Amino acid sequence: MIRIEHLSKEFNGTKILTDIDLDIKEGEIFTFIGPSGSGKTTLLLLIDLLDRPSSGRIIFDGQDTAVSEAKQLSIRRRMGMVFQKPAVLNATVAENVAFGLKFRHIPREEIGTRVPEALELVGLPDLSGRRAPTLSGGEMQRVAIARAMVTEPDVLLLDEPTANLDPVSSDLIEDLILRINKKFGTTIIMSTHDMIQGQRLADRIGVIMTGRLVQAGSSSEIFYQPAGGEIARFVGIDAITGGTVTENRDGHALIRIGGTCFEALTILKAGQRAALFIRPEEVSLTPSESSSGKSSVRNQFTGRIKKMVPSGPFVRVTVDCGFILTSLITRRSCTELGFMVGTPVIAGVKATAIHVLPDRDGTAGGQ
Amino acid sequence: MNDITEGINQAVNLIVTLNPDVMQIAGLSLYISLSATIIAALIAIPVAGFIHFHDFFGKRALLILIQTLYSVPTVVVGLVIYLMISKAGPLGFLGLLFSPGGMILGQTVLIIPIMMGLVISALGGVDRGISDTLVALGATGFQKIIEIIKEARYAILSAVVLGFGRAIAEVGVAMMIGGNIRDQTRVLTTAITLETGMGNFGFSIALGIILLTVALIVVVILNLITSGLSHDSPWIRGGSQG
Repeated sequence: MIRIEHLSKEFNGTKILTDIDLDIKEGEIFTFIGPSGSGKTTLLLLIDLLDRPSSGRIIFDGQDTAVSEAKQLSIRRRMGMVFQKPAVLNATVAENVAFGLKFRHIPREEIGTRVPEALELVGLPDLSGRRAPTLSGGEMQRVAIARAMVTEPDVLLLDEPTANLDPVSSDLIEDLILRINKKFGTTIIMSTHDMIQGQRLADRIGVIMTGRLVQAGSSSEIFYQPAGGEIARFVGIDAITGGTVTENRDGHALIRIGGTCFEALTILKAGQRAALFIRPEEVSLTPSESSSGKSSVRNQFTGRIKKMVPSGPFVRVTVDCGFILTSLITRRSCTELGFMVGTPVIAGVKATAIHVLPDRDGTAGGQ
Repeated sequence: MNDITEGINQAVNLIVTLNPDVMQIAGLSLYISLSATIIAALIAIPVAGFIHFHDFFGKRALLILIQTLYSVPTVVVGLVIYLMISKAGPLGFLGLLFSPGGMILGQTVLIIPIMMGLVISALGGVDRGISDTLVALGATGFQKIIEIIKEARYAILSAVVLGFGRAIAEVGVAMMIGGNIRDQTRVLTTAITLETGMGNFGFSIALGIILLTVALIVVVILNLITSGLSHDSPWIRGGSQG
């Protein structure tokens, strides 16, 4: 549907996007994730032809978009865009939703039927007469989606659609995005800095860091097999680098890092350098004085709790075992087990939960 | 104290009986200042739009010049226009000196800068996101400009009202270009100057009250027009949105 080739964007001499290559398929939900300021918004603006690239091309449905403004307008009219901070005009909700149709010179009677349908879609049929500036943030965002969808676009672009919303409103918007994709087959391209949201919604995810598309793939690829330490850290995974494979039997390998030996699954051969990535929810912690720690878990490391950071109903516990391991455990078990900074613990990780990549220093970190 | 109470009595009397002299002066004031306001708005709003929506060399300098002209003294405008339209001036052939037409010209020139400057700020006050949103919704350049002007309507209205206020309240241009000729170019402000000088305080106070009333009526009407455009009341919302 949209093909991006060697796309770069500079602004006042600063590179915002560098050499992006990507194919977005018709009907998929594609999510860009990355830290704030990584260039996600700029990329969406370029795709919607609201800004011009410094170099590279965007092909929309087989058509090169580096064309006259009039032709760009007709391409842009096949897309809908929802901004992070929805801007509504000082008019009624219905009038706001009607703008796109008005601009396309759709007859009045047709506007009269399509606007209520769009408001019905986003679950706000009763608000059509309200003045738009009086709406709540979540309602405004839904009106913005209705306003984009009323023109029946082939592609819907959403820039951090839930960034400023409460959890309930966010859930509504997420449901809506999935529903639109299913019901109309609309290709959806969105950005988020919320990795979990990306995972929930997207068919495919593209990770953008400092203006580069560093990895693109399914959510499980990104979350369990990140292509490098930087991505791993961003998606909340501990990276332990500088290891060497000492032995590999049918994919079942021993990897030595410093004085510690890990068991993991990999295709890397003995002698190759390796980095290990471990998701914090895969790390179990037991107090070191309890002997019940012996289980099917092969990788057991003793260490001390270094840091504890509450995160909703969970606590992120950082354990120093000579290397750093992070574990995500519930608040309740944290209290029950009497964990505090300095408590000696045994950290366990299953061999299957360790993701092994060639170490960046040894071989290329990318895919 | 006596002057004041007597004056107010006389003023009420003049107004209630619809004194023909007072009505003629008030009518002429309204005619001249409203004409100047309409002409100035027709020039200032499109030019302000052009300045706002385009980037060009010297834009900042132009904005500073416009803002400086907010406070141009009315007598300076009077002097310049006088020199332009006097018999020997470049526009002398129009025969506008000491005529209502000349006064309209003078007041128009006087209020264009303030209207233009305030319309530019009004357009600049529209959220940037609105402009991007309109383009993203498929607006052409022209459709975008129209919607942004509509969005800034209250602030633009304020600019127009302020221009009218400056026009109807000024004395310099009216005196120098009009000449305060009875039944021909005598307006509320010049009449007040003259009558006060002659000690006719009642007449002056009556004209003063009428001047304020006329201003009130025009402002109310202009507000009703804009609120009619948008089905909501600027009274509740504070008048100048966006």
